[in-house]
This record gives sequence, C-alpha cells and structure tokens, in this order.
Amino acid sequence: MSAGHHHQLYRAGDSPVHRLPPQCKLLAVAAFAVAVVATPRDRLWAFAVYAVLLAAVAAAARVPAGFVLRRMVIEVPFVLFAVVIPLVGTGERVAVLGVPLSVPGLWAAWNILAKATLGVAASILLAATTEPRTLLLGAERLRLPRLLVQIATFMLRYMDVILDQMRRMRIARESRGFVARDLRQAPVLAKSAGALFIRAYERGERVHLAMLSRGYAGEMPIIRDLSASRRDWGLAVLLPVLAAATAVLSWSLA
Amino acid sequence: MTVTSPSLAVRGLAYAYPDGTQALFGVDLTIARGERVALLGPNGAGKTTLVMHLNGILTAGHGTVEVAGLPVRADTLREIRRRVGLVFQDPDDQLFMPTVREDVAFGPANLGIRGDELDRRVRDALGRVGMLGALDRPPHHLSFGQRRRVAVATVLAMEPEILVLDEPSSNLDPASRRELADILSGLDVTVLMVTHDLPYALELCERSLILSGGVIAADGPTRELLADADLLAAHRLELPYGFAVPAHPS
Repeated sequence: MSAGHHHQLYRAGDSPVHRLPPQCKLLAVAAFAVAVVATPRDRLWAFAVYAVLLAAVAAAARVPAGFVLRRMVIEVPFVLFAVVIPLVGTGERVAVLGVPLSVPGLWAAWNILAKATLGVAASILLAATTEPRTLLLGAERLRLPRLLVQIATFMLRYMDVILDQMRRMRIARESRGFVARDLRQAPVLAKSAGALFIRAYERGERVHLAMLSRGYAGEMPIIRDLSASRRDWGLAVLLPVLAAATAVLSWSLA
Repeated sequence: MTVTSPSLAVRGLAYAYPDGTQALFGVDLTIARGERVALLGPNGAGKTTLVMHLNGILTAGHGTVEVAGLPVRADTLREIRRRVGLVFQDPDDQLFMPTVREDVAFGPANLGIRGDELDRRVRDALGRVGMLGALDRPPHHLSFGQRRRVAVATVLAMEPEILVLDEPSSNLDPASRRELADILSGLDVTVLMVTHDLPYALELCERSLILSGGVIAADGPTRELLADADLLAAHRLELPYGFAVPAHPS
C-alpha cells in the first residue's frame, strides 16, 4: 500500500527524552514557547540561552543537528515574510550593503524569526522523540477535548488510505487521457475532490458501524495507560523552568 | 438461556429500508453451537442486511433474532455485540485504530477488560490467526491478507458466541485465501460465513443456506446444494468455470 513506512518527523531511539511520557513533553514544549514569546526582542542574550537549552535537549535525545535543520524548512514561508518587513517598514532607516532598511522593521523581522525558529525547533524535537500516536495519547491525558483527539487519531489511521485512494483516482484520470494543463481542467479536479469526499464520508459510516459492532458507546476505551511519575515530571519541567527563569531575568535586567 | 439454545435463531425476520425498499421478507434460520454455515446468495439478495440484524445495527421490522437464547433488543445490545463477532468485508473499515494491538484491544476494552487480562486476550486472539508478530505495527503497513486476519482477531478477542464473516475470501490471493481457510477451519467457534465464493463455502462449511429475494430459498448440506445446477441457476449462483461438485464424494 503506502510507501511511507516511517513518519518523517519521528526518529526512533531510547534516550531519556524518548522515554518521557508524552503529556510531560507536550506541556514542557508549550511552556517553553510561552517563555520565549514573552521575552523582549532586544534581549539578544536570552535568545542565545534558549538556543543552548534546545541544543542540550537535542543532545540528550541524541537527535543530530542536521536532522533538526532539515526539518526546519517548514519555516521558510515565515522567513520570506520576515524578509519583507524591513524593506517595506517605515521609520528610521539604516543602509545595509547599500539597501536602505527600516530599523523598526529589522527588529520586527528579528522578533518573528527568532521566536518562530525556537518554537519550530522545540516542536521538531518533540516530534522527533515522540511517535504521533503517543503524542495523541498524551493530548488525551492532558484533557484536551476527546472528540478532537479522536478525530486526529482517525486522521492518523486513514491519511494513507485516503491518499492511496486519491492516487488511484489520479491514475484512473490519466489513464483516460486527462492532463491538468491549466485552469480549464479545474472542474474535473473539483469533481474528483467531491468524489473523494463522498468516499471518505461513506468509509466513515462503515467505520462507525464497525466500532458499534465492537461495543463502542461514545468513548474510546483507554487501552494504553501512560501515567507519568514525579521523576518524569521533574525531568520534563527542567526545560520550561530554565526558560521561564531566563524570561524573568530578561525583563528585570532591562 | 439453557445450554441447548442454538447459537443463532432468526424467526420471521422482515425489514424494509427507510426509503421503502423491502430487503428481507421473512427469514427463518437456526444455527447450532459449533456449526460452520455458509450463507450464499447473489448480490442484492439481502445478505448484508441480514448480517446487520444479527448484532442489532439494524432492528427488525418484524420477527426476532436470538443469540444463544438472548433476544436482540435495545437493552441487550451490549451483550449481543459481545456474542456476535462481525468481520466486515473491507479490513480498512474494521481496523480503525493506529496500531494492531490497540485495534484488537478495542472490543474487549469496551467490555471493561483492562490490564493483564486485556493483554492476554489480545495476544491470544492474534496468536490464533498467526499475527502475533504484527502486534505494534500500524494496520496500513500490513498486506491485505494480513489485515483480514487481524480483522478476524479483533472479534475473536471478544470471545464471541458466533463469528459472522462478510465475504471473507474477497480480494485475497490464492495463498492468503488458503491461509485464512486453515485458520477458520481450526477455530473452535460457531461460524456464519456470508459469501458467493461457492468453492470456499464447500471447503469450510458442511451446511449452506441460500438467501434469495429476501427469504431462505434452500437449506442443506453444501455439497448437495452445489451439485444442484438448477437450484443454483434459479438463484443467480454459479460455480467457477471448470468446477463441478458431485453430490456424493467418490
């Protein structure tokens, strides 16, 4: 069926970071992101500290820098957006390599870039050390709305099935001479999308029947109980506590 | 409620879909404990509609369904769904959890089983279909035949009174088909197998029922039914090209 036998973001391993229960890691990353965002943009040293903290986590998780960097490509649209700000920004100007740039614009771009990069890097580390399924179990333990977690669980299971269906429909179209050259072919693609939606919807109904047949009564049973010990939490709060301390310092050392 | 209650007893079952299409016109059938029975019929005969009644997904317009003496009613659904293990035709519909382990555990966990007993049920069920090695794999990484076997395990884990299989041989290659037959014939459980794969019915089930036009049109030893060419032709059933079933094995 599908070729993607491994999730691109996950890197199997057995480090202390891998072993932490997912709910601990989720909360740690969220708290870390809050601390980063709350830091004034001109305290450059604080951002260096955050980067060092993440590097320490990566080292503990034995995730190589190249692995993280390659996956940071997802941030490129933000970078493009950030590049534009100093060009179109108003206020005081400074010439960099002969190009006049707006100083407040530069600060705004730095603010976006630095904070987004740290947040993305932290998320990549989370995804690299936690299987998608476990991540959802963690979200469930953190009392995220069960319906949303269930929807995400089904997405995880059926993504490949639906992509495969989509691929078969494309092959069927192309086998009968269809080539998507320009906008005039859009109606055909729109109809394919509609057909795919109906198929997915019908599958949803059949899956629901299968669930009912095995005693489903509105709640997913807890099959893997991932409880976190005090030691787990103690380890997990290291990152956000150090980050929060840095953020507080950055405010007070004005 | 006595030990002698048949695994499945259907009496006078009639059903019309909400749009008015009548699918079943009074079905009567009884399956004794330990029997393996094939339900044969052409497309559109009402086979799937009948199956949906067996665990209460559809509720009878007229007539009754009893599983080991327990009638299918709104207040017995939970127990009925434990007793009737329904294996759907498309394993991608049946296997909806992210890993095989969680999928097989889904049914028993809904029955309130937890911990070591849950783990024992999961391993036992997967062992019976020879899929213990796939415990922690995602279902979509398995071959079609393997997925069908795991689908059987998901209901075996509920320790059902009767196993109901909807077209178990469909889309299987010959080797997977034989492997599944070996597994099914080795199970110590009552089986109702819905199919139009007549050789498969002959191989696995001593007794067959023909459902045609919403009623049971024939009920007898599989070999005799399949040897009766006129009977088969009257109900749009055919043996594959080149096959012939003698009424009595030589």
